[in-house]
Amino acid sequence: MRLVTTNLTYKEVQPKLKELVDTMFKTVPSGVGSRGFVDASKSQFREIMAYGSKWCAENGYGWKEDLERTEGYGRIDWAEPEKVSSRAMERGIKQLGTLGSGNHYLEIQVARAENIFDAEIAKKFGIHTPEQVVVMVHCGSRGFGHQIGTDYLRIFEGVMKKYNIEVYDRELACAPFQSNEGQDYYKAMACAANMAFANRQVILHRIREGFSKVFKTDAEKLEMHMVYDVAHNIAKLEEHVVDGHKKKLVVHRKGSTRAFPPGHPELAPLFKNTGQPVIIGGSMETGSFLLVGTQKAMDETFGSTAHGSGRTMSRAAAKHQVRGEQLQKDMEKRGIYVKATSMPGLAEEAGFAYKNINDVIDAVSQAGISKPVIGLKPVGNIKG
Amino acid sequence: MNINNDRTKYRFLEDVAIADIAFEAYGKTLNELFENAASAIFELSADVETIDAVKKVEFELENVKLDNLLYDFLSEILFLKDSKYMVFKNVHVAISEGKKNCLKAVLEGDRINPEVQHLENDIKAITMHMFELKKEKNGYKATVVVDI
Repeated sequence: MRLVTTNLTYKEVQPKLKELVDTMFKTVPSGVGSRGFVDASKSQFREIMAYGSKWCAENGYGWKEDLERTEGYGRIDWAEPEKVSSRAMERGIKQLGTLGSGNHYLEIQVARAENIFDAEIAKKFGIHTPEQVVVMVHCGSRGFGHQIGTDYLRIFEGVMKKYNIEVYDRELACAPFQSNEGQDYYKAMACAANMAFANRQVILHRIREGFSKVFKTDAEKLEMHMVYDVAHNIAKLEEHVVDGHKKKLVVHRKGSTRAFPPGHPELAPLFKNTGQPVIIGGSMETGSFLLVGTQKAMDETFGSTAHGSGRTMSRAAAKHQVRGEQLQKDMEKRGIYVKATSMPGLAEEAGFAYKNINDVIDAVSQAGISKPVIGLKPVGNIKG
Repeated sequence: MNINNDRTKYRFLEDVAIADIAFEAYGKTLNELFENAASAIFELSADVETIDAVKKVEFELENVKLDNLLYDFLSEILFLKDSKYMVFKNVHVAISEGKKNCLKAVLEGDRINPEVQHLENDIKAITMHMFELKKEKNGYKATVVVDI
């Protein structure tokens, strides 16, 4: 999940909103079998697996400052491309720069004054003007990461007997962390995380190009700075206090996201006083939130919080309630211009299929595991 | 064979997987079961009416376990989507059971082209969550949850 600012206001963007969305709909491909603009060779893709966003910044797809605004500086350094199958590489190599489908999106949002919870921190994160326009991107490592998952799921299934492990659901197949198989997977998974950082990084490059083209102004002049980029599905070795003792733990955040407090040593100096920016995505109709990590998250939830509003209705049930074409028209009437490669796919993502984002934010806020900074309302959306 | 969301071939389960998509596939024979499960994947990926059967892909797989053979078979369809940019509408499967179960598959479809095909879900993975291949009184049933 990634959030980027602009210095444009909604009033400035609104007349060009369709042009903007249409431009990025073309330059950031989405949907089944889409191919990205980065035509990486096999050796370049190996570098991307090992270096993530760092490769992108060094190859003209980003600004140097983007790295310090990314979880782990956009690179997991224990990644080992040799642990990734050639099949996974074949699936992923042309996907760099694509959104995917399902709940993945690229969204143009507005930061309205009435949705500000903490003006001081919002300002530090680069959101300081009433009706300021920002861009949010939700996507990951695409088929690449899933192929790595599929490959290792089968490897783990074959060795669980050896380690005397039984699981109640086959999707939970696993191996001990320190075993050869466990370590191989940990290194391969890091390659998927690096590909995901890189994917969002090259998409950011396309977003900057798109805004720059439509507004005939350099992205630097449009102040298109990243607020933050954080993973939604990753396991990492981290130090946490358990029963009063510091311990190294494998923290797996799946359907959750990192929310480190002010002063955490893993954060860039930029966030030393504020804590880590946390981005919680809502539905395409209701909006999303920028929050900040807290000490309580460190004390109670291993430095983690919710990652999104979460569905309440299955995709099939949502499709029975509304047609994509109708939803698109209704949203446009309400000032949200949405483009999608699949109309049934759009219907599946209708706002009513998700929990109320305000309830989710209230829950994490009352639990103290992250602190709301600002609510962001969608005005333009690209769906896979 | 041609498919058309025939409920006797496969059925999407509405409230089993909220964020993903679950389906059951049926078949009087193993070949039919595999074909019907593949057809469910085809329907999730695109409106099959908009796909021309102009390209043929053939492959062979083997596995000692039949359920793992089904998992590998369905995963192969996703692999072909992302690596060869193919979507399919027709499928023919021939399985010979034995110490190692062998599968021969022929898939017919076309290169992905959003200009002419109505594409839908870009399925990320076949999951092992609730994954099951069961022999029943009158044939076989499989339960599959795909990650969207």
